Formats: sequence, structure tokens, C-alpha cells
Amino acid sequence: MTGTVIKTEELPIKDSSDVVFVRQRVRVWANSLKFSLVDQTKIVTAASELGRNTLEHGGGGALEIAETVDGIRRGIRLTFSDKGPGIEDVALALSDGYTSKQGMGLGLGGSKRLMNEFDIKTSLGEGTVVTVTRWK
Amino acid sequence: MERIPILRMGNFLLVTIQVDMHDKLALTLQDDLTAKIADVGAKGVLIDISSLEIVDSFIGRTLANIASMAKVLDAETVVVGMQPAVAITLVELGMSLPGIRTALNVESGMNYLQDTVVAYESSEGYDGDSDQN
Amino acid sequence: MANALDVVRKNQEGLLNEWLNGIKTNLRRRDLIDERELKSQSAEVLSALASAPAGTSLEDFKSSGWQPLKELLASLSASRAVQGFTPSETALFVLSLKSPLFKLIREQKGNSADQLYAEIVAVDDFVDKLALHTTDSYIHGRDQVISRQQEEMLELSTPVVTLWDGIVALPLIGTLDSARTQVVMESLLQAIVQTNSRFAIIDITGVPTVDTLVAQHLLKTITAARLMGAECIISGIRPQIAQTIVHLGINLQDVITKAKLADAFKLALERSGRTVTRVAKTGGPTPSTAREQ
Repeated sequence: MTGTVIKTEELPIKDSSDVVFVRQRVRVWANSLKFSLVDQTKIVTAASELGRNTLEHGGGGALEIAETVDGIRRGIRLTFSDKGPGIEDVALALSDGYTSKQGMGLGLGGSKRLMNEFDIKTSLGEGTVVTVTRWK
Repeated sequence: MERIPILRMGNFLLVTIQVDMHDKLALTLQDDLTAKIADVGAKGVLIDISSLEIVDSFIGRTLANIASMAKVLDAETVVVGMQPAVAITLVELGMSLPGIRTALNVESGMNYLQDTVVAYESSEGYDGDSDQN
Repeated sequence: MANALDVVRKNQEGLLNEWLNGIKTNLRRRDLIDERELKSQSAEVLSALASAPAGTSLEDFKSSGWQPLKELLASLSASRAVQGFTPSETALFVLSLKSPLFKLIREQKGNSADQLYAEIVAVDDFVDKLALHTTDSYIHGRDQVISRQQEEMLELSTPVVTLWDGIVALPLIGTLDSARTQVVMESLLQAIVQTNSRFAIIDITGVPTVDTLVAQHLLKTITAARLMGAECIISGIRPQIAQTIVHLGINLQDVITKAKLADAFKLALERSGRTVTRVAKTGGPTPSTAREQ
């Protein structure tokens, strides 16, 4: 991932009301970075998808929101991490319409489309880290 | 326990979603609506989402589920007032919600329901008699 | 790890004077910036350089410790652009820091050739990156002005027209690129909400070519409009575009298309429960009127 991180906020994701709080905080960050309304909606929606994945599939985890700078452009970076079962087949999970037992559905692939950069690190039995960035 | 209120207007049920729903609340709404449709024999459901600034895949699926369940219970569903930014995002997410009827606002949504239900009633030789309440 | 930074910190005043002398000799643009402002700007740059937190190394340009310096140069670059400096002049301002810096390092570390070489290379590389960053900022600033102007032109050139109560039309003119299409589509959806229109006609008579990307954007817009409760009709498809669409394998199955805007309008009227009828000539003032049903 490109860019330098300037400031961050950490949020726990332990139950479904945490996911609501994640949406609210990500909205505040995206707004303060002066993203357009449509971009803000995309960012918060992606956060909602990935937050839910972290909770439902990962058994709970955390989110780090960061403001990041790469040369001139500014961006928002969201890093979702959990110590859950991991994802066995990432390519399959990214393909639309795929729904695992826990129902990831469009979440992973959709988030990738809503953001500019997408990175996923996962290992079975150890957990998953999904990092997404949207540049202004 | 918080619930989203369901209003009744004659044959129709009206729901206005104004809060940022967490998943449990959405599922509760799904249950409550289905129960109420069956309970009062509603013919139409209008869901107003004009206040929703975020509709993710879970909420999208919930809306689709509500529409399907309502259909099975012989009721039409119309979702009204989706904001442009939300619509653009849903499309980008990959959800086009094909089975759901939509309208610009509550007024046109109600017009649609009234037309649809009336059309149904006149085409099926409905005699206007109802055993329910 | 270079400690050229320490050298800078201990000799800021002298370094500033040397630097200013160099600028006056080679780059002076007395017509664009006065002595005092130049001195204060240069002092600010050196100060930002010197006050990088302990542990920030010249070799690590991406370090967050350099962020204040980078931001200072970005805003300096922006003001230089406004003042009328060229990008090269702005870059040279930064590059001219090398000469006094090298001289200073040599004075302090003239003994060991190896150490001297290492310091010089580190400083050289660092100042180059700073100069490039400054140039990027300059260009970025100019790009932003251009794109803002483009957006304004866009809004002027693609107005959404209300054809009838609840029916809007968007006549697109000119080449559609990806960015422009997105902006235009967003404004169409906004207009649909604001005018409460159930029908939106997108007329592409004035569009010379349509490629896959543009077609995708159009389709996305139609889907988004549908989610909002409005129906889109595409009109003005010229034979060449029709061929392109088929050749590219673009699926327009669920989309209503009409060759002419007039046909699209007629369809929208019908779908919204209206007809246009000709009134018999009984001395009435108008030969045809649209009648609501």
C-alpha cells in the first residue's frame, strides 16, 4: 500500500452496535477529509461491509481508521483485523454472489469496488487483515 | 427493545426507516412486518428509506427478503425515496435489487400500491368481501 | 545515517545567508517576489528542515517527520504558481539549497573522504526529492484549477431540462470520458430527485462515440435511477453507435432505447398517463394540446 499514515483511530468490533459506531466514525473522518457525498457514502458502505465480515466471519476484531498522504494526494485508510478462522479461498470469497456459511455475499468483492486500493492477508486458523484505501 | 414502528393505512402498511439500523434491528423489522402483514391481511407495504444515508448489502438483502415474504403473503412491496448517493453506491456494490418495486416518494409509492391492488381486485373478480376483521 | 541534519541545525543563520546569496545571483525574480518575502520563506523552509523530530533520517523521505516540510513546500509552491513563477523556477529554488549545504558539510567533515561522500550523496538525493515534490505540488495545484474549471463548464454545458411535469431530459454533447460521465450522471440523479421526475431521457445525439466504459456508466446510471424509482430512456442513438454497441457486446436488454428524442418523450408521456391529441379546428386558438388523463 502506498502512502504515509498521519493520524489514526482504533475501534473495537465486538457486536452489531459496534458496526453502527464504525459507520458513524468513518463518516466523520471521511467528511473531515472533505470527500464528496457520493465518495463518503461509498467509503462508509465499504466500512459497513468489512465491519460486518469482521464480526460475523472473524468472530470480532478491530478497525483502524487512518488519514494517509502520498505525495500530494490525501486519503482514508481502513484496516480491519480479526483472529478468526481465516479465509480458505480468497479468490472465491472475492467473487460476487459467493456466500459462505456465514454469508459474506457481496461484502468483500463489493468493498473492493467501492475503494481505490484493496489488500487482504489471511491465514487459516490465525485470522484476517483487510486494508482498503480511498484517495481524494 | 427498540423497534421500528409500522403504521397501518387501510389495506397498507407504512414503515419509515430513519435510524442507522444495526443488523438485529433490521431482522426484527423483517419479522415484525411479516407478522403484521399476515395479521391484518395487508395488501401492500410501503418502506420509506428517504432518510437512509447508507444502505449496505445486508440492508439490501433485508429489503429484498421483506418483498419476497410479502409477496408470498399476497402483498405488494414498494421501496421509496432512495437517495442518489445510496443508489450509486448500491449499483457499484453489485446490488440492483431486481425484484423490488421502487418509487420516488411516499406519494407516488402509495399511488402505485393503490393502482396495483385495485387492478388485482378487479381482475380477479374480487367481490369486496373480506372475512378478516 | 547522515548527520547532515545536525550540521543544518547548528548553522541555520549562515546557511540561510549563503542560500539567499545563491538565489540572488542566479534566480532572482525581483519582479515577482520581494527581498523580505524571499528571506522569510527561505527561513521557514530551513526551520522546517531543522525541526524534523529526532530520529528522522534524510534517507527516509517517506517518514512522517518530513510531513511539515513537505506541506510547507506544497503551499509555497502554490503561492509561487499564483505569483507567476514557472515550475522550473520553483524547483530551482529548492535545488539551489544544495550548493550552500555541500559547502557547509565539507567545512565540517572535510577530513574523511568516505564520510564526506556519504553525507553529500544523502543530501543530494534528499534535496532532489524535495524539488520533485515541490514540482508535483505545483502541477497538482494547477490540475485542480483546471478540473474545477472543467466542472463548471460541464455544469453549464449539460443542463438537465424539464420537458414536462415529471419528465426530464439530459442532452449530452461532445465526447464522453469516464470522469465526465460520472459527474454528469450524478447531476442527472440529483435533478430527478429535485424535480420529482419519474422519467429521464438521456439523449446522446451529440455524442460521437461510445466505448465500453461509457456504456457501463450509462447502464449504472439507469440502474441507479431505477433504484430511486425513475425510469431512463436513451434516445438519439445513431446507426454507428448502435453498431458499436452490438460489436462490443454491450447488453441493453433491460434498457428502453429510442432513435429520436421525440419518440422518447412520447413514450414518457404515455407511460405517465398522458396523450397528445389534435383538437379539431373549431376556431380554438391552439391546434394541439397535451391532455391529462
